[in-house]
Amino acid sequence: MRVTFTVNGRRQEADDVWEGESLLYVLRERMGLPGSKNACEQGECGSCTVRLDGVPVCSCLVAAGQAEGREVVTVEGLADHARRRGDRSGHTPGAGAGSGPAGLSLQDARGWTARGTGSRTGDAAALAPIQQAFIDAGAVQCGFCTPGLLVAADEMLERNPSPSDEDIREALSGNLCRCTGYEKILDAVRLAAARQEPREPQSGGARP
Amino acid sequence: MDFLRPATWEEALAAKAEHPSAVPIAGGTDIMVEINFDHRRPEYLLDLNRVEPLTEWEVGADTVRLGASVPYSRIMERLRTELPGLALASHTVASPQIRNRGGVGGNLGTASPAGDAHPALLAAGAEVEAESVRGSRRIPIDAFYTGVKRNALAPDELIRAVHIKKATGPQQYSKVGTRNAMVIAVCAFGLALHPDTRTVRTGIGSAAPTPVRAGDAELFLGAALEEGGFWESGRALPPALARQFAQLAAGACNPIDDVRGTARYRRHAVGVMARRTLGWAWEQYRATGRPLEGAA
Amino acid sequence: MTEPTTSPATAAPGPAYSGDAGAAATAAGAAPGDARAGTRTALGGARTAAPVGTPTRMTQGSRTRGGIGESTLRPDGTLKVTGEFAYSSDMWHEDMLWGQILRSTVAHAEIVSLDTSEALAQPGVYAVLTYDDLPTEVKNYGLEIQDTPVLAHGRVRHHGEPVALVAADHPETARRAAAKIRVEYRELPVVTDEASATAPGAPLLHPGRDDHHAGHVPHPNIVHRQPIVRGDATAAAGRADVIVTGEYVFGMQDQAFLGPESGLAVPAEDGGVDLYVATQWLHSDLRQIAPVLGLPEEKVRMTLAGVGGAFGGREDLSMQIHACLLALRTGKPVKIVYNRFESFFGHVHRHPARLRYEHGATRDGRLTHLRCRIVLDGGAYASASPAVVGNASSLAVGPYKVDDVDIEAVALYTNNPPCGAMRGFGAVQACFAYEAQMDRLAAELGMDPVEFRQLNAMEQGTLLPTGQPVDSPAPVAELLRRVKARPLPPERQWETTEGADVRALPGGLSNTTHGEGVVRGVGYAVGIKNVGFSEGFDDYSTARVRMEVINGHPVATVHTAMAEVGQGGVTVHAQIARTELGVAQVTIHPADTRVGSAGSTSASRQTYVTGGAVKNSCELVREKVLELGRRKFGSHHPAWATAELLLEGGKVVTDGGEVLGDLVEVLEDEVVEVEAEWRHRPTEAFDLRTGQGNGHVQYSFAAHRAVVEVDTELGLVKVIELACAQDVGKALNPLSVVGQIQGGTTQGLGVAVMEEIVVDPKTAKVRNPSFTDYLIPTILDTPTIPVDVLELADDHAPYGLRGIGEAPTLSSTPAVLAAIRAATGLELNRTPVRPEHLTGTL
Repeated sequence: MRVTFTVNGRRQEADDVWEGESLLYVLRERMGLPGSKNACEQGECGSCTVRLDGVPVCSCLVAAGQAEGREVVTVEGLADHARRRGDRSGHTPGAGAGSGPAGLSLQDARGWTARGTGSRTGDAAALAPIQQAFIDAGAVQCGFCTPGLLVAADEMLERNPSPSDEDIREALSGNLCRCTGYEKILDAVRLAAARQEPREPQSGGARP
Repeated sequence: MDFLRPATWEEALAAKAEHPSAVPIAGGTDIMVEINFDHRRPEYLLDLNRVEPLTEWEVGADTVRLGASVPYSRIMERLRTELPGLALASHTVASPQIRNRGGVGGNLGTASPAGDAHPALLAAGAEVEAESVRGSRRIPIDAFYTGVKRNALAPDELIRAVHIKKATGPQQYSKVGTRNAMVIAVCAFGLALHPDTRTVRTGIGSAAPTPVRAGDAELFLGAALEEGGFWESGRALPPALARQFAQLAAGACNPIDDVRGTARYRRHAVGVMARRTLGWAWEQYRATGRPLEGAA
Repeated sequence: MTEPTTSPATAAPGPAYSGDAGAAATAAGAAPGDARAGTRTALGGARTAAPVGTPTRMTQGSRTRGGIGESTLRPDGTLKVTGEFAYSSDMWHEDMLWGQILRSTVAHAEIVSLDTSEALAQPGVYAVLTYDDLPTEVKNYGLEIQDTPVLAHGRVRHHGEPVALVAADHPETARRAAAKIRVEYRELPVVTDEASATAPGAPLLHPGRDDHHAGHVPHPNIVHRQPIVRGDATAAAGRADVIVTGEYVFGMQDQAFLGPESGLAVPAEDGGVDLYVATQWLHSDLRQIAPVLGLPEEKVRMTLAGVGGAFGGREDLSMQIHACLLALRTGKPVKIVYNRFESFFGHVHRHPARLRYEHGATRDGRLTHLRCRIVLDGGAYASASPAVVGNASSLAVGPYKVDDVDIEAVALYTNNPPCGAMRGFGAVQACFAYEAQMDRLAAELGMDPVEFRQLNAMEQGTLLPTGQPVDSPAPVAELLRRVKARPLPPERQWETTEGADVRALPGGLSNTTHGEGVVRGVGYAVGIKNVGFSEGFDDYSTARVRMEVINGHPVATVHTAMAEVGQGGVTVHAQIARTELGVAQVTIHPADTRVGSAGSTSASRQTYVTGGAVKNSCELVREKVLELGRRKFGSHHPAWATAELLLEGGKVVTDGGEVLGDLVEVLEDEVVEVEAEWRHRPTEAFDLRTGQGNGHVQYSFAAHRAVVEVDTELGLVKVIELACAQDVGKALNPLSVVGQIQGGTTQGLGVAVMEEIVVDPKTAKVRNPSFTDYLIPTILDTPTIPVDVLELADDHAPYGLRGIGEAPTLSSTPAVLAAIRAATGLELNRTPVRPEHLTGTL
């Protein structure tokens, strides 16, 4: 069958889709968007999380045909999505970057928090605040859970800009990570939340 | 495999009548796992996502007519006052992503004893609105579960909605799993106090071939509350009464040993949950004399 | 054909990634929003072209100084957060086929017949392969013992063993075809534990063994046996005032890496094959793959694709040979991606173990002796079992001084799933047992469990039971002191003004308690893990380092075959190059087999060994660069000849800081490149009768304090805090160090309270091969993990560093168990602890 839907703002079409294919498979194998990950294909890990008409879902459990005519946002479109949201809300979420030394001192790394400074590993402007925060806080190791976590965390911050730790834990409880022990992921979300609060820029970075 | 995409409820019923073997897919959170893991290859998939009315609900005088596909996350957020037990149960369903897709219709259609909604529906009191091209009927929830993963639907019927009694008293829900989130029930217990009828209803999940009520426990407690004048006085419940209730609830189980838990544990845990949920619900009743929101 | 702009530089001989940071976004082959389908035509027919998703170079920008000791950020971070980092399952090639493996549905059976004709006749099916199609006489593989059939031959020995392969044009076509392969099994009795494996007349898993362990094992169903005897345990037991014995059981844990086994094999015009795969050790794979294919190693060109976690589970081969066989047979690229169900059968697991321990101690709290026997279940094939036996036996006593020991460890062959490498192997199981023993001994003696441990703690200079001295700092007592000194987290953190926050209670969102039945417990544990490959293994790595001027800046390129599995080796390599070569910009070349072996990303060894190799090659490059400088500018300044010279900030400087020249001027258009192997100190095998020998090269120590709250009525556990103190020697990248420790700690937590592969003892079949029933911790199960990092240098190691990845996985589990015991008063000799164990409802 043919399925047509919008992905990251662009209309996409796939032909000869087998009826049992998931949205995840079509994104990954037919639309050149392998960012959403295939870790469990049973809705138990969240690595394939995408926004379907704005709502975070496991794309492995959406039949491709069910996406017909709908809007999908994947990790590949997350930066754009965040930018448009920033434009709508009238202020650009600050990335909060300082010009301090690279990375963290050992002392800071031992602590629970991550600083809002650090060298960029790429074009910072192209990243959503949550993406930058994951890099800066050391929340990425193997990175396989990262795309799903980013989509879920970004959506949570959209609804709840100042989450408590328990709020973060609840919102991300559908996303398994096997590498980090989640501590740095919590740091990253706290950091992104702190950076998106409208405020005077701080030279020393944000301490949530 | 064929993918059927009805745009309206009528088209969906017609498709199901034409292809009774068609497997309805709404949230997809059960059926897609079976497809991904090659456990099932239905001849037809009947997509219900485009049937808008299934995601709507109406709050009536005594009941809520809950569309079969209203996602659990909506129930948690929007129906905490009317359906506190189901709202609490919804909060225990899998993960936020799954709660955004899955609805009560899926739990009922699959009729797995581990479905999280069942104990809450049994405790609240509900009727399943099933429809086919032949017409519509209401199946009392107590008659809905007919066997392991079997229900009372005819092959040409689809679930349109569930009519759930609005809470007139506190409701509670507990579920045991070996993880603090995203876990399938080892067993679950729902409890609803119905001060309007001075009755207590319960539901047990994953501890018998089907979701069941703890009938003896309900009768015992109902009688004890009545005889002791507890509904009027709002006195604290004697521990012995709660213990007896818990014991009868555990006795209502007919569990098996499986990879998720032993039969002994399930029976034990249902007893503990029965005692605790009764304690919480009764404290809420004493505190307010009226239904409280579930802490969803 | 037009060079697709989104494609990696397909013409390059080595799959070349794009260059510096600005171009990094092109790495995955498709820019965001671009349809992959759009690039298909462009790639069509380019059989030798690199497939979409081929790894690219990663270059970090030049703004950071970024040497060792700094928390520089991952060079692959941006690709990983944008979804563009190409994992092995993301590979795509025009015209590619999908491979599917048919696996045995029973654990032990004779294959009576195997009929593939119907499957082969399916439209869209290109090949169906069985044992009979294997091209050479080499039909087995294995890490140490080549006992694992590429495809089953007449017999299957465990549930899920590969029997046949299918290649088809769509995964569903391949699955349907595989389902049409008719296999007739005649079931055989299963061997599932030591008793059944060594019973008279027990079926032999591998009759006619001729491996190098066959001669010294007491039974052919025992893979390897290692006794360690030192002093006189019997006599020492006579001096003991208390003797404590215990039987402990450790369940089968799964690595549960999130990226499933996957890869793409592309047949090449020269008859060879290009393989893009997620693995821990490219060259070990290569050594096993090439003979089966009948190809010389240089015709099997392997490139590391993105690896979604490993933890030991990718040390053995999975789909590598199968994909190559199908690609060579069909002449088309073949992709294989396991789903989660298959992944549970597609890699080895952590050895389940039964451990019988006897310790004695004097009234004043000194350990007198240890007698122990450790039985590890290796399952149907050997995998890493011999090394696991070596670790379990040599580290059986833990980080304690015990002079008189009688230790024995064995690994079994059974019909259970094969077990092999997982983070901390051998040492993890032993630590669970000896730490339980320490608590029981302390209780018997009426001593504080931490003080008792400190009293007996190993120190630098202590002899291991193997007779080997510990010749670097061993701050065991100090690590314990540090975790104990931490303030305890506040009680009843779940209480809020609005009532109980169930998210902070056992049971979490399931709303099982509002505080009823909840009891707190605190427990401690400490462990010792060897770093690197032991027992005389030639453990080396290779690094190729190149230095040149690009666009007016000195740039270093580091090329190794190190498998980056998430640990951050790529980050550290760039840091080492910056420190040693004084450059800002370092390019990390994709890992492949065009450079020498880096050894495995396991045994906590990569930062030590490949880090050491990078350091060594950088030093050799530096010497050459300085030689160039001396030739060109030696006459300008006497310090060129007399001073110790360094490369810093793009300049040649003296150790006094005087600048002698600019690297750009020294190098000009010259390219300096060195490829060199580097080894740590040699080790030796353990004596097969006494276990004596200098078998290890380095140790890693970590201690944990667990604070748990247990719902004692329902048997549910919430870990509140899991504090860790670890000596890391030198933290090359502190942020990554802490991340490793927290991740390892969490895997230890998992096997304490939820993780176990359940194997039916009657059928030897796996009962929970899914993420629905094999549970790993969610963020709501994971506590705060404060980390206290010590840096006591090991003078034998580069920069004084220690391998760090595994140690936190050891002590985490027994600390949690100890805390649950403290909360419940139960003995709990088994992990994971299930609610049934806590409620007496087994």
